[in-house]
Amino acid sequence: MTNAHDSSLPLRVAIVDDEALARSVLREYLTAIPDVEVIAECANGFEAVKVVAELKPDLLLLDVQMPKLDGFEVLDLVGRDVAVIFVTAFDQYALRAFEVHAVDYLLKPFSADRLGDALGRARERLSKGERLPGDALSKAARPANTRASRVLVRDGSRVHVLPVAKIAYVQAQDDYAAFFCEGKEYLKEQTLTDVESSLDPAKFVRIHRSYVLNLDWLARVELDERENRIAVLTDGRRLPVSRAGYTRLAELL
Amino acid sequence: MHPILTRPERLALYLGAWAVVGILIAGVLSRQGLTFPESLVLVLPLFLAYSFVCLSAWYVCRAVPLRSSGLVRVLIACATSSVIAGGLWLGLAYAWIAVFDSMPGLAEMAARDRQQIPILFAAAVLLFLLALAVTYLGLAFEEAREAEQRQYELQAHARNAELRALRAQLDPHFLYNCLNSIAALTSADAGGARRMCVLLAEFLRSTLHAGALSRIPLGDELALADRFLAIEQVRFGDRLQVTRHIDQSSLAARVPPLFLQPLVENAVTHGIAEVLDGGTITVDVNRRGDRLAIAIENPCDPDALTPMRHGTGMTNVRQRLHAMFGPAATMSAHAHSGRFRVDLTLPFSSDD
Repeated sequence: MTNAHDSSLPLRVAIVDDEALARSVLREYLTAIPDVEVIAECANGFEAVKVVAELKPDLLLLDVQMPKLDGFEVLDLVGRDVAVIFVTAFDQYALRAFEVHAVDYLLKPFSADRLGDALGRARERLSKGERLPGDALSKAARPANTRASRVLVRDGSRVHVLPVAKIAYVQAQDDYAAFFCEGKEYLKEQTLTDVESSLDPAKFVRIHRSYVLNLDWLARVELDERENRIAVLTDGRRLPVSRAGYTRLAELL
Repeated sequence: MHPILTRPERLALYLGAWAVVGILIAGVLSRQGLTFPESLVLVLPLFLAYSFVCLSAWYVCRAVPLRSSGLVRVLIACATSSVIAGGLWLGLAYAWIAVFDSMPGLAEMAARDRQQIPILFAAAVLLFLLALAVTYLGLAFEEAREAEQRQYELQAHARNAELRALRAQLDPHFLYNCLNSIAALTSADAGGARRMCVLLAEFLRSTLHAGALSRIPLGDELALADRFLAIEQVRFGDRLQVTRHIDQSSLAARVPPLFLQPLVENAVTHGIAEVLDGGTITVDVNRRGDRLAIAIENPCDPDALTPMRHGTGMTNVRQRLHAMFGPAATMSAHAHSGRFRVDLTLPFSSDD
């Protein structure tokens, strides 16, 4: 949603639900609403991410409970590019949905009128061209007070699922966090502070303004010729350790 | 471990009681040619030591339980063990008196002590028999209390099951999803919508009915699970296939109502629903003599954040089976290469 939506164009909508019948009722309702075009139907979260990358819909009608990637995880991956209306039988996610600035939250079963209202709200939001705060999306991708057990990174239309145990360290790169996992680097639009707060504090330490380290990958800490502390990883990689970072590290070791 | 030895306060009480017995015996003995202090020196250490021999009564009572052993066996066990205990006592007594012998000036007292051995031996044997009687009484009391406790647990679980039945019937998400499916079917497939309404009504009715009973035939329980699966098949379409292998001779078995329902529900909501392409749920029921073996298997997501075996449904079923059948029912769950399997075995009984 980097640009305001031109309200004279039809609203391009993608439906994401793992149940065919749930998709069909949405499709049926939408055909009766003017200036709406259903450009895709997705049966799971991976398809949804692909559709957002390739077809760039204006709006996702998104189920919450789906296999592999749930609705909040899909939103974490694509929420900066598309407006979302959640569609679910469960009312307990409503609070989280509004924390991630979902346009609306429809409880199954719902009427065509209720869907019409939600679409009106979406058009209004899109015409303003608001950009969603990325951190809110990542935070709400997991239930409150839980630590992430995996990190989802989108690479174009593909989704990488990184188990946290395999992440050696995370580096801040401008507006992005770079996750180093099994010799590869994955970029995600997220601040390092937010990354740090999502990971288990007993395993991941902020050793430097720009680095969060997984303790399992730390081999030793040594001093370089200018008396700076350096963390040496099990694969030989060397990361700088700040004074405050060393204090935090020492507390855990 | 012996219940008296596990708790210091019990041991103190036990030894205290033996000290009183020892003092009483010493009192009786002091009229038989010994002074009271002399009797006390002889009797008290001897009987305190003997009190540990008498602890073995507990092992005898456990090895030969009153309920399951014949009277003759119990009598023989009691007689043999008390003779052995008496023998041990004799050993202790001679050793203790020998100590007096070795002390200068006490030999005369030791000789008088020896004259008291027969009466003390009789007392020791009687005390061991008394220990046996008291232990049997205690065990019977404990057994009665345990039975009461089991009965209480059974009632609690039955009540829990009723609540669960009500909850399953009223599970809002299941109902909302059903209603959404019906809403979707009405325009495209009116006949399908009607079939779904009938299935749902039948499921709700049979759930409510079964929940009010204490036991139902396994056939009814399987029919109930089938209705649930039929409804979910409308929702999930090709993603949910069901295969059944049902041994017809098992259908008359009396089982706790709604004990399979939570497992089948788990197989769908935490299995099929978490797998992209779905798969097949298999329900196997076999009868081997007086045992029933039931297995429910479903595909699962091996990377799932919450492994299947920790569901509240699983715990509930385990508790209810335990409450109804005790150790005669078993339940185990395994996840292996993308399949999740629950195995149950329980006694087959076709009468109430």
